[in-house]
Amino acid sequence: MNRPVETIDDVVVRFAGDSGDGMQLTGTQFTDTTALQGNDLATFPDFPAEIRAPAGTRAGVSGFQIHFSSSDIHTPGDAPGVLVAMNPAALVANVGDLVKNGLIIVNTDKFTDRDLEKADLESSPLEDGTLDAFQVVPVQLGKLTKAAVKGLGLGAKESDRCKNFFALGMTYWLFSRDMGHTKSWIEHKFKSPYKEANLQALEAGYNYADTVEVFHSAYEVPAARLAPGTYRNITGNEALALGFVTAGQLAKRPIFQGAYPITPASDVLHYLSQYKHLGVFTFQAEDEIAAVCAAVGAAFGGAIAITSSSGPGIALKGEAIGLATITELPLVIVDIQRGGPSTGLPTKTEQSDLYIAIYGRHGESPMPVLAAQTPGDCYYAAIEATRMALKYMMPVMVLTDGYLANGAAPWKLPDIDSMAPIEVPIRTDPEGFLPYNRDPETLAREWAIPGTKGLEHRIGGLEKEDGTGNVSYDPANHEYMCRMRAEKVNRMRADIPDVVVEGDSDGLLVVSWGGTYGAVRSGVEAARAQGIRCGHVHLRWLNPMPANLGAVLEAADRILVCELNLGQLAHVLRANYLVDAVSFAKMQGKPFKVSEILARIQTVSA
Amino acid sequence: MPITEDPALPRVSKKDFMSDQTIRWCPGCGDYSILSQVQTTFAKLGIPREKFAVISGIGCSSRFPYYMNTYGFHTIHGRAPALATGVKLANPELSVWVITGDGDSLSIGGNHLIHVLRRNVDLQILMFNNRIYGLTKGQYSPTSEAGKKTKSSPLGSIDHPFEPCRVALGSDATFVARTVDVFVKEQRSILEQAHAHKGASFVEIMQNCNIFNDGAFADITGRKERKERCVFVEHGQPLLFGANNEKGLRLTPRLTLEVIEVTEDNADEVLVHDETNPVLAGLLCGLRPPFPVAMGVLLRVERATYDGAALAQMDHAAETNKQTLAQAVAGRKTWDVG
Repeated sequence: MNRPVETIDDVVVRFAGDSGDGMQLTGTQFTDTTALQGNDLATFPDFPAEIRAPAGTRAGVSGFQIHFSSSDIHTPGDAPGVLVAMNPAALVANVGDLVKNGLIIVNTDKFTDRDLEKADLESSPLEDGTLDAFQVVPVQLGKLTKAAVKGLGLGAKESDRCKNFFALGMTYWLFSRDMGHTKSWIEHKFKSPYKEANLQALEAGYNYADTVEVFHSAYEVPAARLAPGTYRNITGNEALALGFVTAGQLAKRPIFQGAYPITPASDVLHYLSQYKHLGVFTFQAEDEIAAVCAAVGAAFGGAIAITSSSGPGIALKGEAIGLATITELPLVIVDIQRGGPSTGLPTKTEQSDLYIAIYGRHGESPMPVLAAQTPGDCYYAAIEATRMALKYMMPVMVLTDGYLANGAAPWKLPDIDSMAPIEVPIRTDPEGFLPYNRDPETLAREWAIPGTKGLEHRIGGLEKEDGTGNVSYDPANHEYMCRMRAEKVNRMRADIPDVVVEGDSDGLLVVSWGGTYGAVRSGVEAARAQGIRCGHVHLRWLNPMPANLGAVLEAADRILVCELNLGQLAHVLRANYLVDAVSFAKMQGKPFKVSEILARIQTVSA
Repeated sequence: MPITEDPALPRVSKKDFMSDQTIRWCPGCGDYSILSQVQTTFAKLGIPREKFAVISGIGCSSRFPYYMNTYGFHTIHGRAPALATGVKLANPELSVWVITGDGDSLSIGGNHLIHVLRRNVDLQILMFNNRIYGLTKGQYSPTSEAGKKTKSSPLGSIDHPFEPCRVALGSDATFVARTVDVFVKEQRSILEQAHAHKGASFVEIMQNCNIFNDGAFADITGRKERKERCVFVEHGQPLLFGANNEKGLRLTPRLTLEVIEVTEDNADEVLVHDETNPVLAGLLCGLRPPFPVAMGVLLRVERATYDGAALAQMDHAAETNKQTLAQAVAGRKTWDVG
């Protein structure tokens, strides 16, 4: 059939349904296919904490948003242009985010009185005018899917489960996507008859869109002009795990990860456990404390030690991190931040662990902290943290967040061969050995690994005499050692690049850190396009801060700090630099929208 | 398992395992004897000094590593089993010894103790049980007897105590033994056997705190009392005790133990110790006066070690999976941008 195809640059699609409807899977398939077609993209999976939240309710709605484009993009998009809604709850929970005149593909098989009641609706949004401002494509997804898989001997429930593939087929037609990747994925993933059922549902959805002319036209989003190279699609957690695998190879030392399952950090454990053949041992401990303690033990034993968790786990690990600090052992702690405090919003993103990262231990316990800024950057953050932990012989914390962890983006493969090896300060010579002898530049002590003849020594949580490492209660020594440990963090500044201001450095300076990079950058670009005098500075290292940051803040006319907490970085900047940093805080479990950043810049600079 | 001396190794003595640090336990503390037996035993094991790692938690007992001229790590309260697991996994050739106390291992660190035992990590865990918190100056511990009056229980403790060896048995430990700080010969023998055992060896050492809980075990372990109040168990040997081994333990039809006066007629009714039987170990570990307290190896069974299985998985993966780092980083699907 000769269908009209319209070329567009930029689309945001959101799939929404029950948490059991397979929306994350559908979104992931659409994402991988889109990446393979060469678009730049960013995704935002947004799901409830319950595995199977009450079906049909608004609380149970699971969403997956993908923004794809023929040009360079940095966020999963503010407002979807297309919404695929599997039931009334998914429809009403998401329709408010849709652009005006946006397209809604809605499963009309789920609009019985009972369905409406579950979604807390008194009337059907299909009929009460709720959708007047949109283009609505009603589809009997359940019925059509059932017909598509007829003859395979599936029960009613089983055939209904294939309807996400029917919807996916329709969206593939709508955006002129090649279905090859998803087809081979289905063939690999499912056994008969589910394999055939899902394939038939997918095909049927595509053909339905093609023949029934439910859409005015199909769209084509041409490939983006990305920098030359080989690309893959990657999520933050996957990139982080691969970063650690790479770090182990660069250091030629085994990797030991101690971890306990926790959302959204469990995937780091899942991924790392697949790389035993590359020298990675993963230890699923009995609790968060054992996970970090085993890592500290492994660091003492000579491995590159990692522990990964999220806020509640990081709180539990505090004492053992203090032990790694006073014993000056290399350790990388990863905090995949989520909404807190306590269990909070376990599946939602937030940046509220900056304080606990920098300050959250007993005693004077300085902690180097860096934050990844994109999913792919998690790879480099893992390597950088490992490099610093080994160079300075101390724990280092990496912050990412739920948005980076689960969000995906195309990622240019790194040139591993050109990466500098990671130097490891291992001591083997017994002559003149003292456990707390230091490198004059980095102040790092040497790593005397058990099993090495002549280097037998004892370390522990009691304060150490510098040099000998013997237990010391000497008052002057304690202050000296506290200052020494803090000074090691200061010296790291030599290895941290200066910040660069994108845009004007003498107007409104917008400061951000971590996973908000894309939204804030895009917001500043939009403001500059409107003629607002502003610039953007994004912090990768939160402790220590880059050497030129003070001068950069000083040069700005005003400072606006955007972050997903109640102003933690703003507070730190005020404390460290005595500047009047104004906070733009958001605490809704969702990333910033570009429009929110733009609006705040407009307000502040008015 | 007998220890044979390797003539190729330089002769080492207890002195080689003494560090230069001043020992700061209270004079008369039971820990001195344990330190001495451990140093003596280490010298006999035929392992070079650098291959030992002594890992402790917090408490009086946990100062132990500072006094051992080996690799050592004085860690945090209750977590030594977890730390030691990491040390052993990162460095499997080490002989790793965990030093802990009743509060450290059964209260704040209870979780780590049960999990290290069920995993059967190849470690030796020496649990000094003095039934009191000593370092914090005298609060009741999880092994203190109910009703005990301490600084934190002026009207008597209302806590029911743990029986440490029963906790170990309940955790599916593969080696459970009990000895006493001042039982020099028996203690050394148990330390050697714990070392020889592949897997987590749990050794309860009844230890006197002469400051806060003096004489806690005196009625059992005193020179005059021990033959009457202890039964020294040995695999394949009848469970006899008394000054002249004139008493024995017999199983009743109710599956409990009873004490009998051994005569020629009933000698074959005395139960024979079988260290591979966890049910018998369970009966023995709970014996308290008027029964004799069981000393020695209560249970010894073979089971795959966690560290052994971990290494095997790593080796197998390295042999069978030839994926390179670059391939891993590239993942399943890539595309080229020209």
